Amino acid sequence: MLSPKQTLDTYFLEARRDLLEVAALLDRYDESVSREGHKAKDESKLESLREAMQLLAKPDHIKSNRAEQLLTHFAKIN
Amino acid sequence: MQIIQPHYHAIARTAQDYERMSMSGVVAVCEPAFWAGFDRRHPETFIDYFAQISEFEPTRAAEFGIRHFCWVAVNPKEAENVELTNEVLKQMPEFLDKPNCLGVGETGLHKSTPNEIAALEAHVEMAMKHDQLVLIHTPHLSDKAHGTKTVLEVLSGMDVNPDKIWIDHVEEETIEWVLDAGYWAGMTLYPVTKCSPRRAVDILEKYPTERLLVNSSADWGPSDPFTLQECIVEYRRRGHAVQEAVEIFHNNPCRFLGQNPKWDIKPIRITEE
Repeated sequence: MLSPKQTLDTYFLEARRDLLEVAALLDRYDESVSREGHKAKDESKLESLREAMQLLAKPDHIKSNRAEQLLTHFAKIN
Repeated sequence: MQIIQPHYHAIARTAQDYERMSMSGVVAVCEPAFWAGFDRRHPETFIDYFAQISEFEPTRAAEFGIRHFCWVAVNPKEAENVELTNEVLKQMPEFLDKPNCLGVGETGLHKSTPNEIAALEAHVEMAMKHDQLVLIHTPHLSDKAHGTKTVLEVLSGMDVNPDKIWIDHVEEETIEWVLDAGYWAGMTLYPVTKCSPRRAVDILEKYPTERLLVNSSADWGPSDPFTLQECIVEYRRRGHAVQEAVEIFHNNPCRFLGQNPKWDIKPIRITEE
């Protein structure tokens, strides 16, 4: 099992990469809206991502079950 | 589709890379001199390294029908050793004359120390004196923005031809500075620590592509030469035509590298029957 420091040191860069991909997706969406002059008719996937990020931004998760919460959250999206 | 891999560290890779690259359309790779993962202690070690990438590596690539070109330099990490750097610089012109050597690189900055900056200036001066192309490495991660700004400041104080300078490893935070200053900008695709194929396509869609290069810089660390092909697939998946892809992934390298007459691969045009 990894120590707290080892956990951050081991996975920080991969998490950084994954967050950059999310940021780039949101930028890509904005660019497409700007290019085409309209939003997607259904933005529920976008909203779902924003809600997921809000969930992750909460500092305390007593059960350490963020992944489980996200899976439950994303299950609402068809 | 024919592809140029403009930044690839072949000595750190196996022949299987060459075989698979060849199968996927790569017709040429360019190998800049770089850090070996440890600091070399002797100028002679560099000289042997330069001989390896200018003499032996082309023969290995040729077995798979791939042209191999190289660049020579003391990389920024080892530029902290001033004595070694100066000794290697003295012997570099001999390698600039090699038939597959395209120029001086990768020089640049790592931690942007005074010794690194002095080495960068010396490399660029040598390149301009010998009418060579220059490939400039910019730092990783948290050092990138500061290091890229410093590179541009150093170059702005020198008598350089921006057409002949490629500043590599740009990302969203640095690309505008490089393009606005008139240089060529390279995006390096890494699995974790640099640009990703999708983000690179975002950049290709956002900025003029005339001075953009894309590479995978595969080396001895976590890296993958086929991130370049992933990028091409992503670019095509978004609806861009084959010729648009050819312009970026084959013809742009030809246009930049073709400023050196040793580069004899010409831009191509896909014709439809």
